[in-house]
Amino acid sequence: MTPFNRNFGQGRSREGISPDMNWRELTKAGNIYEPGNANTYETGDWRTIRPIWNKERCIHCLICWRYCPDASIISTDGKFDCFDYKHCKGCGICANVCPTHAIDMISEDEIDKQKEARRNEE
Amino acid sequence: MATLKELAQVKERFVGGHRLCAGCGHGISVRMVLNALGNDEHVVVGCATGCLEVASTIYPYTAWNCSFIHNAFENAAATLSGVEAAYRSLKKQGKLKEDIKFVAFGGDGGTYDIGLQSLSGAMERGHNLVYVCLDNGAYMNTGIQRSSATPIGADTTTSPAGKVVPGKQQPRKDLAAVIAAHNIPYVAQTSISSWQDVHAKAKKAFEVDGPAFINILSPCPRGWRYNTPDVVELSKLAVETRFWPLFEVENGKWKLNKKPKKYVPIEEFLKPQGRFRHLFAPGNEHIIQRIQEEVDQRWLALLERCGEKPELPPR
Repeated sequence: MTPFNRNFGQGRSREGISPDMNWRELTKAGNIYEPGNANTYETGDWRTIRPIWNKERCIHCLICWRYCPDASIISTDGKFDCFDYKHCKGCGICANVCPTHAIDMISEDEIDKQKEARRNEE
Repeated sequence: MATLKELAQVKERFVGGHRLCAGCGHGISVRMVLNALGNDEHVVVGCATGCLEVASTIYPYTAWNCSFIHNAFENAAATLSGVEAAYRSLKKQGKLKEDIKFVAFGGDGGTYDIGLQSLSGAMERGHNLVYVCLDNGAYMNTGIQRSSATPIGADTTTSPAGKVVPGKQQPRKDLAAVIAAHNIPYVAQTSISSWQDVHAKAKKAFEVDGPAFINILSPCPRGWRYNTPDVVELSKLAVETRFWPLFEVENGKWKLNKKPKKYVPIEEFLKPQGRFRHLFAPGNEHIIQRIQEEVDQRWLALLERCGEKPELPPR
């Protein structure tokens, strides 16, 4: 039997961990050594409605940024930059708090249909 | 007060990719609270078991872009007390140079009920930590069971609304007052409806030397059954109807932060929520009346504590 190693898995990154590993191969005490690595986990496919930014109407007040539960509104130098569609779950809060209605929520099905129509045209 | 433009440049300490439901109030509250810290400040976060913990630290992922310590349901405050005591000792020995802040997040189950004694202990011992209670009014993580934060009349799986019993029968515990009775330097109650209020209170709580407690109303779209995007309107209604007054207690001095200009009946807050739908059926008017009486009574008591004239807002 492998002797118990107090420091097993020390410093191992997420990539080195898979569900079929036994407890000896996992990190000690289930420690996670990379802060904020949930960033690499994508929750964007939960979304059924997609926020679309309307550049002309946006006044860069960043209220949407403040109320996003998923930190999915990316701002650069204090201005609205883009949506992080990899993590946005499509809750629609940003569109609701926007004072200038600069965010439209469009169903993902609709977007898929539009994409397909465009592909057929080509 | 910092502007959103400035705050947006502070490093994100609660990143996307966590598995909270779409539109969860916890994500908003946590981001607001941690955003009150500067870029170069160090923070250690602990979480009582609850939605926030199980959704943010699913092995091998963590949504916390800062130090995080995992613990059980009842001991978030006790764990953080230990960490803080160890930090003070290391600092005294000269082994640590940095200043570190400590913050514990608990849901209402892990704070009002299960974690109350460890929280009370931590507050009494005077550890330099901030405890943030994210109150969504039931044990949402395990499937919406009633807690002592659940309001009267709410339909939960352990206080189901039926033909005989219309939802929960007992009024909710006033936890902010319980913690204020510990005579700690800072206690506050706040709501995400005003980010300025949350920011200012979080900042004060972090700056205070000694224990601080913040109670935040954190709407839960699944448990409250409201239209998910309306989270801000609903939190606003909670404040306007005086169901969730905004106040703070600094060194034993009570201060009211927002006084509604006119009398808004509690129905306005109850109506958008599915958990109160049965109250609007004929024959259940008396429960709404009871909730209203409860709210008014608490409001008058709060005004008295704050040294203001105890009167209801004009209708």
